[in-house]
Amino acid sequence: MHELPVELSVNGRTQQGFVEPRVTLADFLREKCGLTGTHLGCEHGACGACTVLLDGQAVRSCLIFAVQAAGQEVTTVEGIAGDDGELSTVQAAMRECHGLQCGFCTPGFVMSITALLRDNPKPTDEEIREGLSGNFCRCTGYQGIVNAVHRAAEMT
Amino acid sequence: MKAASFAYHRPDTVAEAVQMLGEFGEDAKILAGGQSLVPMLAMRLTYFENLIDISRVQELQNIELRDDEVWIGAGTSHALVGMDDEVAESVPLLTLSTPYIGHFQIRTRGTLGGAIAHADPAAEYAAAALALDATMEATSSRGRRRIPAAEFFTGLWETSLASDEILTAVRFPVWGPRSGFAIEEFARRHGDFAIAGAAVALKLDDAERVDRCGIGLLGLGSTPLRGSVAEQAVIGQPIAGLSADEVGRLAMSGLTGIPADLQGSSEYRARVGAAMVARAWTCAVREATTTEAIHA
Repeated sequence: MHELPVELSVNGRTQQGFVEPRVTLADFLREKCGLTGTHLGCEHGACGACTVLLDGQAVRSCLIFAVQAAGQEVTTVEGIAGDDGELSTVQAAMRECHGLQCGFCTPGFVMSITALLRDNPKPTDEEIREGLSGNFCRCTGYQGIVNAVHRAAEMT
Repeated sequence: MKAASFAYHRPDTVAEAVQMLGEFGEDAKILAGGQSLVPMLAMRLTYFENLIDISRVQELQNIELRDDEVWIGAGTSHALVGMDDEVAESVPLLTLSTPYIGHFQIRTRGTLGGAIAHADPAAEYAAAALALDATMEATSSRGRRRIPAAEFFTGLWETSLASDEILTAVRFPVWGPRSGFAIEEFARRHGDFAIAGAAVALKLDDAERVDRCGIGLLGLGSTPLRGSVAEQAVIGQPIAGLSADEVGRLAMSGLTGIPADLQGSSEYRARVGAAMVARAWTCAVREATTTEAIHA
């Protein structure tokens, strides 16, 4: 099928490629950009593992075709630590509060929490649970993750 | 879980979009936020040769107060509708409905027009549009026409839009003072499709009687529905004499084809639906009977 040129910014770097229109942003990030931190769980918008920031907004990258994101700015989990590799506040809080075990869902949680705390720096327990209801964790359990959001809010 | 191949088109204007749609006809589908369409494509529940992406059409992304209506461009995201001050002031039922739609990561992308044109029976904005007597604005290369919400939803995921028409905007009438609005729904988990729900819009006259009432129902048929029997029964009645439970019961009467699935039987859904109507009714009545002092 006909491939289209795509150019977008990922974590501040320009990425170019030719893709079929049916290639999702998630697959583009993983396969064309080599950024496999963005995980794919369900591929139909239920699990939240593929959450990235698109022009700053948290979105599910499995529900956007790469061609749709042309010219836009994407931030993935690879792009939120400091240049020296120092973990972001959210990442550090997740580690401190044991918010991850197998780690599969973690990139999606980290991106959702990053957007959540930016828009609501001191969320209530209920707001955290509502904000994370679109991200599934199947092994750690949610308590540590919710604690990590509270911890990250304290740290900033 | 990968969509089949399609050709991708991204018009910049409505004129360009309707011209493409006219050209491709049934072989094309409008792609707005993609939060319902893309999963259906990924699961191969549907297929189109051409997708026309309207997510960059700026003229579809706007909210304006026009006379006694709030005009919302079809491409406006749920997130923007949910945080808009004009909407909160003039069409608060939409503001109340927004948090029930998916999750915030869905609402950043999903659009008001997309949700309504997709016509899922459990769509909150669709139920709100019915309850408020909204008007759909449909555009094709033949021109523009208006479709009352009550005539828009024709079947499961089907609307009265012609194959060359795009839903370009929805006009929500401003109900004004002495009104009350509420939405209630029940789902097993937050963000899931509701098992049943109801959006109630209510306006009182100076003699404390029901002047206007719209009840939108979700999850209770193959389309979003209106609780017409209850609406007609309450018009002109003194508000103090109406029982919420009775309004809920009436809203379920006359419904045929309430879905039954793993989430529950038709009878169960009807019971949940009646309870949701009753709860929303109670909230709407409280607001309609107490807002006078605030507006005065």
